[in-house]
Amino acid sequence: MIDVVYFAWVRERIGLPREQVATRAATVNDLIAELRAREERYELAFSDISALRVAVDQTLTDFDAPLAGVREVAFFPPMTGG
Amino acid sequence: MDIRVQDGAFDGGAELNAFTARASGAGAIVSFSGLVRDVTDGLVAMTIEHYPGMTEKALEDIAQQAATRWALADVMVIHRYGRLAVGEPIMMVATAAPHRADAFSAAEFLMDYLKSRAPFWKKEETDNRADWVTAKDADEDALKRW
Repeated sequence: MIDVVYFAWVRERIGLPREQVATRAATVNDLIAELRAREERYELAFSDISALRVAVDQTLTDFDAPLAGVREVAFFPPMTGG
Repeated sequence: MDIRVQDGAFDGGAELNAFTARASGAGAIVSFSGLVRDVTDGLVAMTIEHYPGMTEKALEDIAQQAATRWALADVMVIHRYGRLAVGEPIMMVATAAPHRADAFSAAEFLMDYLKSRAPFWKKEETDNRADWVTAKDADEDALKRW
């Protein structure tokens, strides 16, 4: 089980802040493919990966990052702090 | 190092005075404050969302990088989240160093990095709509100079 967390418009589009996902996905890209296949709201949220960023266990990473041993994956748009 | 992520308001003047008192031997102190500005016509408020846990880690990491690159006596970062009205302070950074060049550079570095590497997202609210602020290419490009 991996905790999948969403922020900003990704959270709004999917309609959830967080969910537990039973997955054997090897990488973030594989997890995204599984989520996109679920329902249209996921397909919409993940339709343009270039508009998204990903953090694995609260560290920014790339979409090809491996998921072995990972507890939490977060998807969100580019950050706008400051 | 003093890193704070909070929903409550802060008094920038009092914070700067306290920071200055702690770093009194440093010689140079630079501070920056960011306020909610009325960018869009009729902005009513700005709501800032963040990623509890990762936000603190990211800010500490950015401050640590600054402390490695420049000779700093102290660093402070305060960043708010939640719903803020126009004119309210969103965040502030302060750096203390023996020399002003280090204090200025470190403060700019902190700002550039926390804009695009700390997990905050802003939503602007007007009378009839609310839109997520889009990240600017210029913000990402600003990281390349460091």
